[in-house]
Amino acid sequence: MAQNASQLEHFGRALVDLGLINEELVVLDPDVAASTKVTYFAERFPERFIRIGISEQDMIGVAAGLAASGKTPVACGFAMFVACRSWEQISSSVARPELNVKIVGSHSGLSPNADGDSHQTYGDVAVMRVIPDMKVVVPADAPEAVEALGAIVDTPGPAYLRLARGATPVAYTEGCEFTLGRANVMRDGSDASVIANGVMVPIALEAAGSLAREGISVKVVDMHTVKPLDTDAIVKAAAETGAIVTAEEHSVIGGLGSAVAETLVEKRPTPMERVGIMDRFGESSRSYSALMAKMGLTSDAIEEAVRETMRRK
Amino acid sequence: MLRTINKNQVLILTNIPRVPASITSVLRGISRRHKIPLSTLKRNAQILKEFNLIAYGDPPNFSGVELTELGRFISNLTVGEEPTVHGNMVQTRSGFRPLGTVIKDLRKTVLRMIAEAGSGHLGASLSAVDILAILYMIKMKHDPKNPSWKDRDRFVLSKGHAAPALYAVLSEAGYISPDRLMTLREIGSQLQGHPDMEIPGVDASTGSLGQGLSIGVGMALASKMDGSGSRTYVLLGDGELNEGQIWEAALTAAHHGLDNLTAIVDRNGYQLTGRTEEIKAMDPLADKWRSFGWEAMEADGNDPASILDALNACDLTTGKPSVIIAMTTKGKGISFMEGNKYSRKTPDAQELKRALKELT
Repeated sequence: MAQNASQLEHFGRALVDLGLINEELVVLDPDVAASTKVTYFAERFPERFIRIGISEQDMIGVAAGLAASGKTPVACGFAMFVACRSWEQISSSVARPELNVKIVGSHSGLSPNADGDSHQTYGDVAVMRVIPDMKVVVPADAPEAVEALGAIVDTPGPAYLRLARGATPVAYTEGCEFTLGRANVMRDGSDASVIANGVMVPIALEAAGSLAREGISVKVVDMHTVKPLDTDAIVKAAAETGAIVTAEEHSVIGGLGSAVAETLVEKRPTPMERVGIMDRFGESSRSYSALMAKMGLTSDAIEEAVRETMRRK
Repeated sequence: MLRTINKNQVLILTNIPRVPASITSVLRGISRRHKIPLSTLKRNAQILKEFNLIAYGDPPNFSGVELTELGRFISNLTVGEEPTVHGNMVQTRSGFRPLGTVIKDLRKTVLRMIAEAGSGHLGASLSAVDILAILYMIKMKHDPKNPSWKDRDRFVLSKGHAAPALYAVLSEAGYISPDRLMTLREIGSQLQGHPDMEIPGVDASTGSLGQGLSIGVGMALASKMDGSGSRTYVLLGDGELNEGQIWEAALTAAHHGLDNLTAIVDRNGYQLTGRTEEIKAMDPLADKWRSFGWEAMEADGNDPASILDALNACDLTTGKPSVIIAMTTKGKGISFMEGNKYSRKTPDAQELKRALKELT
């Protein structure tokens, strides 16, 4: 596998670049700047960096007020607290009036491995996806996170960007192609398709590589945007390969797996398996990969799911 | 300074509309209503201009007349000192009318709207009418012809369930056509049970209690960043203060020294199921705000002069946000509705008739 890179590190530096272009861009911080890497922005544009203190719900309201006055606020905190704790504020104060607030959830999924299950986020995509007109983006790696940030800042209205803590495997190169709502085909195949997002994209590519050695040809789709969902890409993958596996670092309830299942049931019923967090809480682990393995988020799990869907064709 | 201003000058200062209008038309209006020769008023306007209290261009380079920063300050002080603010003429959709009459009409409109809709928070709307009227008719800098004017003052109805009162005032000010008021809570109408920014003049979508002060903080921060003189007003319910987010926002506002932010607590003493002090005690309320770093003052929230005095005092506060604990009566204005009886009850035809009669 390719080398690792930190999504947050790249995101933090990209914010500075965007701040140079967009004078209305402001960043709000619920006292986690050092972790979310918005410190680069704070150093460069102290007058556009707003300390909120540890109060995510207030932060979302303040962002709404800033957006109502013409600013482009980026409210960045841990996914569990900025997205899940503040869900109703996001729905009522931001999304209902379609305000131009960009919400960034860091430390998503199991990536705060050592902190344990109070910090691990399994439902943020589900709760963001249910909000009308909310854009929900889960980039695969650091280069894609940079492009995704640029895209949501360029697109008016509310958006949620989900990022991982720490360095994660890289699947893209800098300046990669990214269009909001259009999936990227990472690898073509004919026997089955893996539709993945976030850190599961590089793992899906690894799975496709080992299945290829068994003679199984797997298509890998990076569904970085969960909403608006690229349903055409899902139907096309189902038509081409007749077997679908989803892979996400999120509960299989309500996230990418659910979104793909909804599409397939309505448009093209196809044998399908979901790889993700199986309706359970995580736990502390000093090793991220050990926790991912224990929770079933591995290349092996994807490979087994691919074989299972192929049996059901 | 005030001593040097004569009665005619006070009239001019207090009657300059917050929307663009020519000096001649403003003076003609005053001349007609108060039977003062136009030439006298013109001379006094010239003096006010020299004092830098008002500004207007001379023909042919005409531009509208407006109060200068100092002029607005003195105008507000002067209005507050008038024996009856009720008698003060304010600009409405249908021309200049006495504030007292406007406020009575607003209460009638609120009653009719809620009776027509068949549901709505009548008591909480009636307690807030005077505050809303003073803000939109006298205090705030805004322009119904240009609702998205960047440098306007902002208003957030954090107690969004008083929406009927806000809609009534916005209509009187010229934002909402009066014939739409009776579509309150009807399917397809912009006038939902709680305010939505889709409505021209509504600066924030509210309704979920506890969220408006944070929104006001964001607006006040944006105004500071832009160097705009715009102020932000947030109307809170006293029951709403149960919500923790209010106190998060109170800390944020104080930390950032937002002296361009004024919160007003509609202290009617009741929340949905009973007295605030019996459900979750809030007193001593002003002390709570002070300990959070706010300038706090009390006012009679159903007395226009008292509200205006307090609002003017807030303008003088520097380095910290200010809050007015506005003591009000729920259901204010209709004897048999005062208290908590009409918190959610809708008046029937007979009650509506009786209530409207009390307001004539």
